[in-house]
Amino acid sequence: MMEHIIKLLPELNVAFFETLIMVGIALLFAVIIGLPLGVILFITDRGLFLENKWVKQVVGIIINLIRSVPFIILLVFLLPVTSLLLGTTIGPMAASVSLSVAAIPFYARIVESAAREIDKGVIEAAVAAGASPWMIIRHIVLPEAKPGLITGLTITAISLIGYSAMAGTIGGGGIGDLAIRYGYYRYDDTVMFTTVILLIVIVQLVQYMGDFIAKTVDKK
Amino acid sequence: MIELREITKEYGKKDKIVAVDNVSLRVEKGEIYGIVGYSGAGKSTLLRFINALERPTKGSVHVDGIDLLSLSNKALRKARQSIGMIFQGFYLVASKTVYDNVAFALLAAGVSKKHIEEKVDHLLNVVDLADQKRKYPSQLSGGQKQRVSIARALANDPKVLLCDEATSALDPNTTKSILSLLRNINKKLGITIVIITHEMEVVKEICHRCAVMREGRVVESGTTFDIFSNPKDELTKTFIQNVLEFHLPDSLIDQVQGKLVKLMFLRDLATDSVVSDMLQRFKVKGNILHGKVEYIQETPLGVFIMDVSGEEAEVNQAISYLEKRVNSVEVINDGTHYQALA
Repeated sequence: MMEHIIKLLPELNVAFFETLIMVGIALLFAVIIGLPLGVILFITDRGLFLENKWVKQVVGIIINLIRSVPFIILLVFLLPVTSLLLGTTIGPMAASVSLSVAAIPFYARIVESAAREIDKGVIEAAVAAGASPWMIIRHIVLPEAKPGLITGLTITAISLIGYSAMAGTIGGGGIGDLAIRYGYYRYDDTVMFTTVILLIVIVQLVQYMGDFIAKTVDKK
Repeated sequence: MIELREITKEYGKKDKIVAVDNVSLRVEKGEIYGIVGYSGAGKSTLLRFINALERPTKGSVHVDGIDLLSLSNKALRKARQSIGMIFQGFYLVASKTVYDNVAFALLAAGVSKKHIEEKVDHLLNVVDLADQKRKYPSQLSGGQKQRVSIARALANDPKVLLCDEATSALDPNTTKSILSLLRNINKKLGITIVIITHEMEVVKEICHRCAVMREGRVVESGTTFDIFSNPKDELTKTFIQNVLEFHLPDSLIDQVQGKLVKLMFLRDLATDSVVSDMLQRFKVKGNILHGKVEYIQETPLGVFIMDVSGEEAEVNQAISYLEKRVNSVEVINDGTHYQALA
């Protein structure tokens, strides 16, 4: 059995980095696009400093739309877009397109709920001090929501690791793809268990790191 | 300095709730003004008109001659920098140190880094927290947190300081020290202060003038001394009772032989001589059962309860003598009456 695993190592190594790339890129977009969207959802809410029913509604509906499509459908649905963007629908880069599209609204909602945990009074005090909306976002909302934002990023990362297995099935690569190819199609239990254990270890590590960082930045 | 004119605030469209009902209020420069009322009386909303955190449905708001409701967002932010505000819940930023909490207000006003450092150090000295500047709010006591929020409110040298139940979450000793800090700020920096509270003690302690609110209206207003010595509205009377009234045990009242009178002395405390004069002139016995002198804005207001006994005619004469010499005499219990019955 050991031999079998050792023989598999190079492929496992490649798969591991493919997963890392897919999840990493999707997380990056979740932060670059999802975070601002989440902040917009929060600050345009009723009674807040940039209250705007229309913006909130439009952003909210788009986010719900994407989130209500099952990921496996989203994958197929986005193939033309991926092909247009990258010229291919195969490989981890291609898979990260649909993963990003799924991750952005997911994280945006998490950001919104993390921001809602902030005491409204703290924001009112900043408004009363004459701070601009940008000042309040940068110096009050983001720092105060930081532990929640980090916990949320951990949750997003772990969900993405799961999603990446699905993305693997349509040619994305990664650990999940390996598990399905060897484990499911070839009935190779050893590979299946090895990959599952590897995934468990990754998820545990991500969770542990996320909790640790969130705890360190929390000053409450 | 502050002028609210015929302000009304309504919430909701169908079932209108009137939070503030046609209130006009003027606060002079350098004054400490108190607004008293139970929760839901609209005082918190009224306070928020002064920095336009709330916008009235009708009426106008002027602070330092500026019509706040006509300003653009940017101009309003600028105006708010000269109106500090502190809250019952302190509302400090938990993820920032004491220093950064105060610095934020300066940053918001666009003050340069170098000046911020000097200014924050100075402000923390004013509120006596210079040694705590690297701490986080969670490491401070309630009184210290309120001091940080005062420093933050004073950061941009405001002309007005608004206090929203600023001492309601604090114990009596801490309340005293925060109030004396506010009084100092008012005296030394000449900042106009508006305080809303449900504690008459706070008003008694530092307010020059005050208004009493009920159901969105101002039911009574005037100098603190006048409100305390001569309250007109029932609500005002209930409020000052907490500070001035006292109860005698029933068993004591039952033992009263003469007439139980309540004497009130305003401004001038000639108690001893009035009472001893009375005792010399009339054949009555006087026995003080209860007494208290409150200093309201450094002016004494004394209340004494006295049992005056003797022959009824003498007692009555003695009481009418008292009526001439003190500000108010009230017969609360006529013991002679009970005696007659017995």
